[in-house]
Amino acid sequence: MNGSVSGGASSSRERVLARVRRALADVPRDERPRDVGVERGYLRVHGDRTAEQTVDLLAENLADYRALVHRVDAAGLPRLLKRLLAAHGSRSVLVPPGLPSEWLAAADPAVVPDREADTAYELDTVDSVVTGCAVAIAETGTIVLDGGPDQGRRRITLVPDHHICVVRVPDQVVRSVPQALERLDPGRPQTWISGPSATSDIELNRVEGVHGPRTLEVILVGGGSERQAPSVR
Amino acid sequence: MSGTSDTYLGMPAFPAAARDAVRNETLRENLRHATHTIRDKRAKAVAELDDWALLRAAGRDVKERTLRHLDHYLLQLEESVTAAGGTVHWAADAGEANRIVTALVKQTGQSEVVKVKSMATQEIGLNEALEAEGIRAYETDLAELIVQLGDDRPSHILVPAIHRNRGEIRDIFAQRMGSWGRPALAGLSDDPAELAEAARVHLREKFLRAKVGISGANFMVAETGTLVVVESEGNGRMCLTLPETLISVVGIEKVVPTWQDLEVFLQTLPRSSTAERMNPYTSMWTGTTDSDGPRTFHLVLLDNGRTDTLADEVGRQALRCIRCSACLNVCPVYERAGGHAYGSVYPGPIGAILSPQLRGTGSDVDASLPYASSLCGACYDVCPVAIDIPEVLVHLRERVVEGGEVTRNGERVTIKPAKGHTAERAAMRAARWVLDHPGALRAGQRLASRTRRLHPKRLPGPGRAWTDTRALPEVPAESFRDWWQRTRGGAR
Repeated sequence: MNGSVSGGASSSRERVLARVRRALADVPRDERPRDVGVERGYLRVHGDRTAEQTVDLLAENLADYRALVHRVDAAGLPRLLKRLLAAHGSRSVLVPPGLPSEWLAAADPAVVPDREADTAYELDTVDSVVTGCAVAIAETGTIVLDGGPDQGRRRITLVPDHHICVVRVPDQVVRSVPQALERLDPGRPQTWISGPSATSDIELNRVEGVHGPRTLEVILVGGGSERQAPSVR
Repeated sequence: MSGTSDTYLGMPAFPAAARDAVRNETLRENLRHATHTIRDKRAKAVAELDDWALLRAAGRDVKERTLRHLDHYLLQLEESVTAAGGTVHWAADAGEANRIVTALVKQTGQSEVVKVKSMATQEIGLNEALEAEGIRAYETDLAELIVQLGDDRPSHILVPAIHRNRGEIRDIFAQRMGSWGRPALAGLSDDPAELAEAARVHLREKFLRAKVGISGANFMVAETGTLVVVESEGNGRMCLTLPETLISVVGIEKVVPTWQDLEVFLQTLPRSSTAERMNPYTSMWTGTTDSDGPRTFHLVLLDNGRTDTLADEVGRQALRCIRCSACLNVCPVYERAGGHAYGSVYPGPIGAILSPQLRGTGSDVDASLPYASSLCGACYDVCPVAIDIPEVLVHLRERVVEGGEVTRNGERVTIKPAKGHTAERAAMRAARWVLDHPGALRAGQRLASRTRRLHPKRLPGPGRAWTDTRALPEVPAESFRDWWQRTRGGAR
């Protein structure tokens, strides 16, 4: 903290707070914040789905916003990753410190560990990045990263042009936004991702891939064998 | 007038400002297409949730609780942000906020910053203030880039360049990118994907070398000190994670009490705004985190007329706004007049009630804004926090015509009735006197009836504009009261 920045900092603080209190003269003095009722009658989840149907809905909603969705069992994951990286033509792949090493055991590209000293320019030369996730939300088709060991720093999933995110199903999948917030720790920096980046700023034509990775691939790892999720339109 | 960007000073009143837009057929076509497209998509996105009405009510309640105890939540927020490694500053007005931010940027020794799209920094004219101190602010949202390169003003909260078509955007990029950084490639076409790609290339060099980022925020959680930025393109993520220093300028009304409260707004905002189940990227951060993201975080809490708005028991509900822009997209007036006529960064129905409260009704444009509405109520129906915009519009019209006690810069002052409403006020006063004096009313009615053959079809003087588009009512041969006295309602 450098106090010289705003010489009148404390006085402005007092001034704004005093204005707020004067503005609220109509609020009874003994009213506490929790006396103002919040009606939380809204639903915790929408619809009635089994765990399996919830995973299907996640796949459907991810695909609807142009993520490429794959489903595979744990044994098939390294082979699938090898195939996806090859298909993208990647020569290098960035990995967070806690990514299970067997995931990329079969992959051809050079594995680049994320180092704190790396500049954004160095990240910009990497072709792909592979991470896990903290939680995935079926109703909205959203993946949440919270900087866990298998996800790494926020910047590594942002600068490279190709992001492959691995979701363990069904245990990392929740149905709704309220359920996701219950699972997440507010103290950790979070990135909520729903499809690749997009803009509709030019005549409202949706264009995918502005500044974030232009290709987002999501691998749902669970039981069952490798298959391409039905793409939905 | 402190606390407004001088960009908008001296704007003409809304009807005059809207005249050009209404005559511009290209603009009207762009706006009609855009507003109808988003409007229809929003309706579908909202219909997906059975509990929409309940989410809307909860959003309203959460904001109401926050506003009624704003001092409590601001102090709690300050404590949480500070505990998490951030520094909190308070700015009573635009000038102060600009001085704080400018000083913070100078401390870093940098002469350029990258910016996330932020209404609050536009409201205070931050870019111009930085420019005056030799600091260049680069807008990184695609539409804001179009606006900045075109030396233009935003015209919509969500899609600021909604008034530009692809050909105009191509020309702006081809001609102007070179003077702001990496020029556009020769032979740039007007294909939206190619234009987006040009912006990606142009901005990437700025992101990679940026040392200072400036943002606003959609929400601040008092309980945890978490800030939330909701976006689509990823330029927000770039500005929030790559620079070493992050400065966020946020209006004091953006605070929400608890982490759990986000579960309401993260459902209602994306669907109301871009009509998506969820926007592509949402960033949340709490102070600073070792080795991840900016090492220095400053939060500048901005008043700039918000406490004045809070002091008005009817008008304070405007502070619930979460800037989704759904009200713009359903408004018949916005659809025809466009955003620029509102003379503020907040156009459309929400702008019509927010600007005259943040800035007062002293200028021509602010005094005219409460009238920039047909009071059809479509804005209230779609508002995800149930702001009764028509109620506030009528309330502000009364203030413009009658004057009275308001709060300006924290002080109670009495404002005079606005100019231009003299004839209306005189007519109303005369009407009140006549209605209080039955004899005078009867005499007047009889006189009107006897002279009805001589009545003009058009009113003279200030009434002329009214009769330009309306027919004067016919005066009957006998008034109801005389008829009743003569016949007792047909009994005689």
